[in-house]
Order: sequence, then structure tokens, then C-alpha cells
Amino acid sequence: MRPFAYERVPDPAAAQRAVPVGSSSAAAPVPTMVLAGGTTLLDLMKLDVLRPERLLDIRPLESRLGAIRLDGQGLRLGALARMAQVADDVEVRREFPVLAESLALAASAQLRNMATLGGNVLQRTRCSYYRDVSYAACNKRNPGSGCAALDGYNRLHAVLGTSEHCIASYPGDFAQALMALDAVVEIEGPQGGRSMPFAELHRAPGDRPDIETTLRPGELITAFQVPAGPWAKRSRYVKVRDRQSYAFAAASAAVALDLDGDRVRGVRIALGGVATRPWRATDAEAALAGQRLDEASAMRAAEVAFRDARTHGENDDKPELGRRTLVRALLEAQRMEIA
Amino acid sequence: MPEGMIGQGIGASPVRVDGRAKVTGAAHYASDMAVPNPAWAFLVTSAIARGRVTAIDETEARRVPGVLDILHHGNMRGEVQEAGFFAGGGYAGSSLRPLEDDRVHHDGEIVAVVLAESYETAREAAYRLQVRYAEEQPSAGFDTEGAEARDAKDAVQGHEDAEVGDADAAFAAAPVKIEAAYETPTQHHNPIELFTTTASWENGRLTILEGSQYVHGLRNGVAKQLGLDPSLVRVESPFIGGAFGSRGSLTQRTALIAVAARRLNRPVKLVATRDQGFTIATYRAETRQRVKLAANPDGTLVAFVHEGTEVSSRPDPYKVAGTQTTARMYACPNIRTKVTILHADRNTPGFMRSPPEVPYMFGLESAMDELAHALGMDPIELRRVNDSTHESVKGLPWTSRGLMRCFDAGAEAFGWKDRTPQPRSMRDGDWLVGYGCASTIYPTHLGAATARVTLTPDGRARVQTAAHEIGTGTYTVVAQAAAEGLGLPLEKVLVEMGSSELPPSPVSGGSNVTASVCAVVMKACEEIRARIAAAAGQGPLQGRDPATLRLAEGSLRAPDGAAEPLTEAMARASNGAIEVYAENIPHGLPEGALKSLYQGKPALGAGLEGKDRVMAAFGAEFVEVRVHSRTAETRVARILGAFAAGRIVNPRTARSQLMGGLIWGIGSALHEATEMDRKRARYVNDNIAEYLIPVNADVPKLDVLVLEEEDKATPLGIKGLGELGNVGTNAAIANAVFHATGKRIRTLPIRIESLL
Ligand SMILES: Cc1cc2nc3c(=O)[nH]c(=O)nc-3n(C[C@H](O)[C@H](O)[C@H](O)COP(=O)(O)OP(=O)(O)OC[C@H]3O[C@@H](n4cnc5c(N)ncnc54)[C@H](O)[C@@H]3O)c2cc1C
Ligand code: SF4
Repeated sequence: MRPFAYERVPDPAAAQRAVPVGSSSAAAPVPTMVLAGGTTLLDLMKLDVLRPERLLDIRPLESRLGAIRLDGQGLRLGALARMAQVADDVEVRREFPVLAESLALAASAQLRNMATLGGNVLQRTRCSYYRDVSYAACNKRNPGSGCAALDGYNRLHAVLGTSEHCIASYPGDFAQALMALDAVVEIEGPQGGRSMPFAELHRAPGDRPDIETTLRPGELITAFQVPAGPWAKRSRYVKVRDRQSYAFAAASAAVALDLDGDRVRGVRIALGGVATRPWRATDAEAALAGQRLDEASAMRAAEVAFRDARTHGENDDKPELGRRTLVRALLEAQRMEIA
Repeated sequence: MPEGMIGQGIGASPVRVDGRAKVTGAAHYASDMAVPNPAWAFLVTSAIARGRVTAIDETEARRVPGVLDILHHGNMRGEVQEAGFFAGGGYAGSSLRPLEDDRVHHDGEIVAVVLAESYETAREAAYRLQVRYAEEQPSAGFDTEGAEARDAKDAVQGHEDAEVGDADAAFAAAPVKIEAAYETPTQHHNPIELFTTTASWENGRLTILEGSQYVHGLRNGVAKQLGLDPSLVRVESPFIGGAFGSRGSLTQRTALIAVAARRLNRPVKLVATRDQGFTIATYRAETRQRVKLAANPDGTLVAFVHEGTEVSSRPDPYKVAGTQTTARMYACPNIRTKVTILHADRNTPGFMRSPPEVPYMFGLESAMDELAHALGMDPIELRRVNDSTHESVKGLPWTSRGLMRCFDAGAEAFGWKDRTPQPRSMRDGDWLVGYGCASTIYPTHLGAATARVTLTPDGRARVQTAAHEIGTGTYTVVAQAAAEGLGLPLEKVLVEMGSSELPPSPVSGGSNVTASVCAVVMKACEEIRARIAAAAGQGPLQGRDPATLRLAEGSLRAPDGAAEPLTEAMARASNGAIEVYAENIPHGLPEGALKSLYQGKPALGAGLEGKDRVMAAFGAEFVEVRVHSRTAETRVARILGAFAAGRIVNPRTARSQLMGGLIWGIGSALHEATEMDRKRARYVNDNIAEYLIPVNADVPKLDVLVLEEEDKATPLGIKGLGELGNVGTNAAIANAVFHATGKRIRTLPIRIESLL
């Protein structure tokens, strides 16, 4: 870790004006980064991967940005709400199970108590080469330096949305749930407030893996809006991982189903652990629409979802695992008993 | 009978004497111990596995305020002498001399040490130090070019490959046989206490504070590296936050920190990082094995071939060689074993909980299950028909062998009869269910040991021996031995351990300590008893034969019930304290064992090395696994171990060890592996977020049965059990996975993709 200046946002009123957050670039030296739970940021600072000169602690804004609000329109989750708080919320669990499940299955109890929703969706990849500065080649950390994972250890790396510059997988869980429910992200910045579909927040690596989001310099995520809908209650998060708890997804699927008997009126699918960014499987959704949901149609949809998968040796089995995970999630969502 | 005296000797289950200190934080681990005004060290380790350091640019690092010095090969050459590889009669886990030249021998080798006023400053400067390399293509070992294979019998001093009869001919002619290849991964101990060292000098005397499984070894080794008389080096290691073998032999860091402290003329403290721990200490070597097993239709074995190749470093032939155990496990007339060392650009591996048995018993016990399947026989029955009172290599008798008693008791408690033999025949909803079992064994190693026991006039005892509390409960069991020997309640016994200033005790490895140290403590207590008994002539015990007098319940007692309070009986024997220093050389160890002990050489014997008998603890492990029928995650639903390990000194701590062993075994079978970038020969998951071990959710129902066993071969009948629990688990789980899925997984750990 290198020396940095630490400041706290003075009081909730201060958040009325824009907070300078820093850029969305993981690598370019940024003068300031906001600190929420710190469970991603401080780790990466200790590892010398992130080197902010100034940390702005936004936790004093919790009273304004930490609330969970449910009404007829849907759910509004403040960006500073803690993972545990949302995972344990009775109404969220009943009305939007996929959100609560994705959070409850993430990280550990201690981390969930500390970490915020805003920080969660912006967590960084677990690619070992990104996290260890002794490797010279990592385009995400050091643009233009190459990618050690391509011919290195890539068992947990992505198979969807990759580029020749980066194959790091997006590690989080909650983002898939938000994406499957068509959430909208609210943002405040130097130019005032704006909002956009959550699906537009993350970027695929392309030739600039260091630019991970579409946030502009100085912008702060303030909330997530999750619209109500017939699919929300029949929604499920299946996370397949190497141990029973406290592990990142080898593959995961967030699905939300609107059924008419055994026919699919509408389905939303987002995939985790397999892609470079939270991944919406729209073609798979289209393949299922109007179909009877059963083993065969679920498998066909899964085939479509991984049609473009590209593997790199140690992750050759990922597409198969991803397909099976999706089938499992669809069939489990179908079996859910909805009150 | 006074309060607190019931059930505190050998065989009782008192709570740990240091338990309270540990949970309240009063127990100070080596790096918690205060030293005045320390400087801090931060290691810089190599970013390549093979090549040279071409330049070290200190400019930016030196600019960080508070930096005191930077050590590297340019200013350290010649400072640290060789301490020798332990297996070649030296002290160190690696024969490399730290910071001796510009060569890089493996990933994460120490290339510089930054010294500063604070930990944070040292770390920042270390990050700013520019080290440049000329990289050469390294070999990671298996599947890469450039590794050098050597037969262990040529590479390793004293290694012999066990061979009996003509195994290949017998195999060729046998009616039922299997042949298979097994692989076990690199694993790292990852004790929660990081690798730390604090060094300080006073008047030419060096004090080292460092968690160590062998303080006398550390003292002598560092003395040799620094050209000091060992009497000038003191090592303190009062508590250890886990070791599992990783703190058994000297590492390169200790001498560097000692030199740093001498140069700065002030104490220096190092707390290495988690990832550095993967490369500055040892680890479990990766193995690949071939097993051939052949039997008659009734299951009796006719041939067994076990060949293993093990990855080591370039300079050092660390051998795992679990064939020494597998060759002796079952009755078999024809055996051939062979061990090959594969030298690669890796750090030197070393001991890790049940070093030879964990990888090699995975091979044998998986193969036994494969053979049972080929024979259409229950796997327990296969073991029964091949059970034996004698080992098969030299025909020596087992001092006792509880293997089948463990299988029978375990099978009963586990409900083995509910298993339907056909693979893939049991199911619970979406989950495939499988039962598996395997044998476990751990040789009873014993070492020469010394101890001093002092009984003071107020009826309290002090036991001094340089044994180590690696978390297993050694303070407690040693106190129990003295409580037993002197007939005192536990709270009147004070145990001092973990210091090189105390009478030497063996390395805390090979599960020998309880047996070795309790034996010598009991010997000292017996001498104290004899002295008190000899002086009992004028008191209430007048006329009794001193040999029949016992120390019990705070008094000296005769068989007829007459007694005299200990303090009074003692006053007849001495005007002050009675202090006895005792030495013990267990049966089968050479006379020179004590000398080796004083020189800090880890000389253990007995176990399978006996000339007239062999001694081991045995057990049987049972597992129920569930494998998801679609996504193939394997989870252990329940696990049960039944063990026969001689006399149990403390059933409570014994149970903890066996439980911990089984849990470790779950991790070893399903989670643990140090992942390599094979092209760069570097470890990639070098942190405990990515190096997975079981979490609570992975350990559901767990049962430990400890069977009574009387082994008369040694005076106390104690067998070690710290490394017994995790030996059979790998195979028991793999066998259960086969039963659940019909797929035989021969590569550990068993992962989702193994079963897709
Ligand atoms: C061992 C371990 C295991 C884990 N396992 C999982 C897992 O299984 N699944 C999972 O999903 N996650 C997992 N995580 C990740 C964890 O969930 C994230 O670290 C956490 O959610 C981040 O939230 P935070 O509030 O601590 O963020 P911080 O660390 O404070 O911030 C993270 C990033 O977001 C930025 N930021 C934070 N808040 C805002 C905001 N409101 N607006 C704009 N920028 C912001 C920060 O500047 C920083 O760049 C794991 C983490 C660890 C350490
Ligand atoms: S996959 Fe991406 S993050 Fe990982 S090394 Fe390559 S560029 Fe860096």
C-alpha cells in the first residue's frame, strides 16, 4: 500500500453536490477513489494494484443512500445498503428472490455485513495476474502490456465476451440478478444526476480492458431501481462453485420466469462466472419465449446461450458447466412454489 | 480426595491448560512478543522462476522516508553460510544460501529485504524497488520441458525401494487385476499464523523469536549459517499458530533477519505476507503414481506394484516415498516399489501433515477399491482377507494392528450395510449418493527426548522440555503426564516449552511428541517418586517396601492404603526442591540419538523403521457424498472415522486432532490445490481466498470413534495420532464419488469438471 489522503464525506447534505469519484479506469492513475465497504478497494491497495492518492469515504451518506424501498412500481435499493441487509430483507426475499439469493450466496457473512451494493457491482476480477503486480503482462492493470492469462492459468476465466486482450471473468453475483430483472442504475455526478439500464453499466473488455464501466469521471452510483413484474417472484439464482460457501461462482445463472401454465410467457436470463461482464443471454431468452419449458427446451436455450463461447485450455469445461447451470436454474425456477 | 484431582492424569479429558490464554489473547505468539524499538523488514521475492537478477534500482525505494537499508545479493554475498539440506544431515528445508548471488532458482525466492522504521514504510519501499531480471525458460515439473528425473535410490541418501518376490511376473499371471495412474497436487500448509521472525542481538548473543516446530534445530541451524557457537543463539517459540510441517526445518529468512538486526544494531521484525509464505517455506510435493494390484478370485493379493514420481527443486532431493508405507499395508507375496524424484525450477517441498501417506495411500486405497469392484467384493472384505499380523516387506510383526476392528466398528456406526453395491444406485432427489471407505495408517514415530521436572516444597511441579505447542494440546498432555507421575492435580503442574534454553525435545513432526515427551517426563517423575519413597522410612509409611509406594492424590501411598501427604513425604527426601533431569531413548533408536537431539537433528525412529517390529496406528474412514446429477458439485454429507491408536492420553484433544484430520481430508480430496502457471512455473492462487479449504458448510456430520487398544511394546503404549485422521480421507471420498457416479476420479482434488 502507498500513502494516501483519507477524507470522509462530511454529511448527507454534502452529497447533494457531486462527489468526485475518479474515473472508471482500473489502471490510469486516479487521484481519488470512493471508499464504501472497502472489501475490494483496500485489498487491491494492499496488493499495490490500485494506487489512489485520495480516498473519499462515502459511508456517512448511508442515511440517504442506504435504504430499501418497495412500492407498487418496484424496488429501490440505495447504493450504500449492505449486502447482508438486502439479503435478509423479508420483502426482497419474497418479491425478488433472485436478488436476495445472489447476495446470500456471495462472499462470507463478515464481508456481506461490510460490503455495499454499489461497491459490489463494481468489484474487480479475481484474475490472479491482475491481482499480482509481479506479473508484467496484464492489459487490465497495465494497458498494452499483454495478457498472461491467455497462455497461463485460466481455469476460472471467461468464455463469453472475451477479447484477445483480456479474458478475465466478472466475479460478482448480484449484478446478474439486477440484470435479469431489468434494473436501472441511478447515478450522480459533476453534471448532475442521470440513470441508465443496469445492463449498460459494465463494458466488455474489447481492446480496453482497463475501462470496465461506462461511469464518467466523478460519478457516483446512488441507487438501483428494480421494476415490479410478473417474473420477479419466480426468479432464482443458481450458483455452482468449488465449495459449499464462500467461493466465487464457477458458473451461475439468474433467471426470472413468467409462466403461463407450462408455457414461457417471458424469461430473463443473466449468466455469471462465465463472462467478462454481467451477461444477459437474450438469444436464449428468445429461444424459450412461447415454448413449453422442459428439459429439452431448456437445453436448447442453453446451447444458444453458449453458442459463441471461446475457451483457453484450462477452462475448456466451462461452457458445458454454464449450460448445465442454466438448465438447472430454469427447471428450479419452474418448480418454485409461488405464494 | 481433593477437588480437581479426578481425571487429570493420562487418559483423562481436561480442557486445555492454555485454552483460556489463547481465547483471551493472553497467549503471545512469537511475533506478538515485544522487543524494544524494532525495525521492520519486508521481503521482495522473485517474479520469475529461473534466471538472473540483472539490476536492482534502489533509487525510488530509498526515497521513501523511514527506509533504513536494503539487503540484496550485491551487499550480502558471503554473509550466510550453508546449513545443509535436512535430509542430507543438515538443518534447512533447502540448501540454497539466501542472497548469495544473482541466480534465481524458483518463483518467489527472496531477492531483497527492505528495512524501515515501520511495516508500512518497508512495504511501500519494497513496492518501489525495481528488480530487473534476465529470464530463462523454467520447468515447473510434470508436463514441462527441462525437468530432470532421478531414481530416489541414487538421489536420496539411504533410500531403498522395497521389493519382495517377483511382482511383475505375478501380476502378469494373476486372474484378477487392475492398473491405474493417480495424481496428487501441490498443496500448501497455510497455517493461519504467517511466517514471522524477530531477531535481536545483545553482547554477541542472538535471540530469535519465531514459530518453530524444532527450536533446537533452528538454534543449531542458524548458528551454523552465521558461524556462531550454538550456545550464543536462543530461540523462543512459546505458541505456534499452526505449522503442519511448515515450521519443521530452517528456512532462509531467519538468518537474513539476524544479519539485518546485526547491521542495524537493533531488533528487526519480519511478518511475511500470505503469498510469500507459498515460496519462502515448504509445501507438499506433487506426485504421479502408477499402481498395479492383482488378486486371486477370493481377493487375496498376489502382486502389488507402486511407482511414484515426485516433484522437487533443482538442488534438493526431497522425497515423499509413501511406498514405504503402502508396501507394508497388506499381506502380499510379491511387491515392487519405485520412487523417482523430478528436479524442476521449484522451491523445495517438505513435510506436510502425514507427508508420505497422504499422497501414496490415496493411490493404494483407491486401487483397493478398484480391485474390490473388479472382484465384485465388498471393499471392507477385501481388506479383511489381506489383513496381516506381520508387514510384508521384511515380515516383521506389528506391535498391534486394529485395522479390521476399526472397519467393523466404523461400518456398524456408519450404516455401511445400507449401501447398495452398484455404482449410481443411490439417489436423493437431484443428488447422486455414494458411500466410500478406506483404510488409514500412521507409523508410530518415536524420538529421544529430555526433560527436567522440579517438585517444589509446596507440592507444585514444574516441567521443562523444549517441546512445541503447535496447537495440538502439547502443554496439556505433558502436564497430564506429570500430574499422573507425581499424583498431582493439573493446576499444580506448570509446563515450560518452546525455548531452546530448555532440555531438548524432538522435532514436533511425525506425530511423535506425545509418546516421546510423555515417556521422558514419566521417567523423571518416576525418579522423583523413587527418591521420596526411599526416604519414607521414619514416617507413617514405615516398614513398607519403597518400590511399592506410589504418588497419587497428593500423597505418597502404600498398597495397603496408608498414606502421607506429599509435602511431608517430600520434606524427608529433600530440604528444598527435588529436581530431576531425565533422558529417554526409545526402543529401536541408536545410542547416538541423544547426541543428534542436542545437535538439533530431527532423529526419529521406530514406526516402520524398526529392526525387530513395526508400530503404527490404524483406522477406517467412511464417507457419504452427494454429487449433483446435473452440475456435478461433490459435497460430503457425513464422514466417520474409527481409529485405534494405542493409549489415548487426552480423549478431548485426541478427538480434536482426528476431527481436524478428517476435515483436512475433505479439503484435500475436494478443494485444496496450489495452482501453477506451468509455463512460468509460478504459483497463481497464493492466497486463502483462492486456495480453497473447507468452510463450515463443507463439514456437515462428522463422527470420531476411538477404539480402546493396549499396545505393550512401549512402556506407555502411546501411538501418535495427529497425522492419522487425514490419511484415508482422499481415497474414501474418491471411492464414494465412484459409488455415487460410476466415475473413477484418479486426480485430486475432485472438482466439478472432473465429473461433467
Ligand atoms: C474473499 C472474498 C470473497 C468474495 N466472494 C464474493 C462472492 O462470492 N460473490 C460476490 O459477488 N462478491 C464476492 N466478494 C466481493 C465482495 O462482494 C465485494 O468486495 C464487495 O461487494 C464490494 O463492496 P464494498 O462496499 O466493500 O466496495 P469497495 O471496496 O468500497 O469499493 C469497490 C469499488 O467500487 C467503488 N465504489 C464503491 N461504492 C461506489 C459507489 N456508490 N459509486 C461509485 N463507485 C463506488 C470503489 O471506488 C471501488 O472501486 C468477495 C470478496 C472477498 C474479499
Ligand atoms: S485476463 Fe485480463 S485481467 Fe487477467 S491478465 Fe489478462 S488482461 Fe489481465
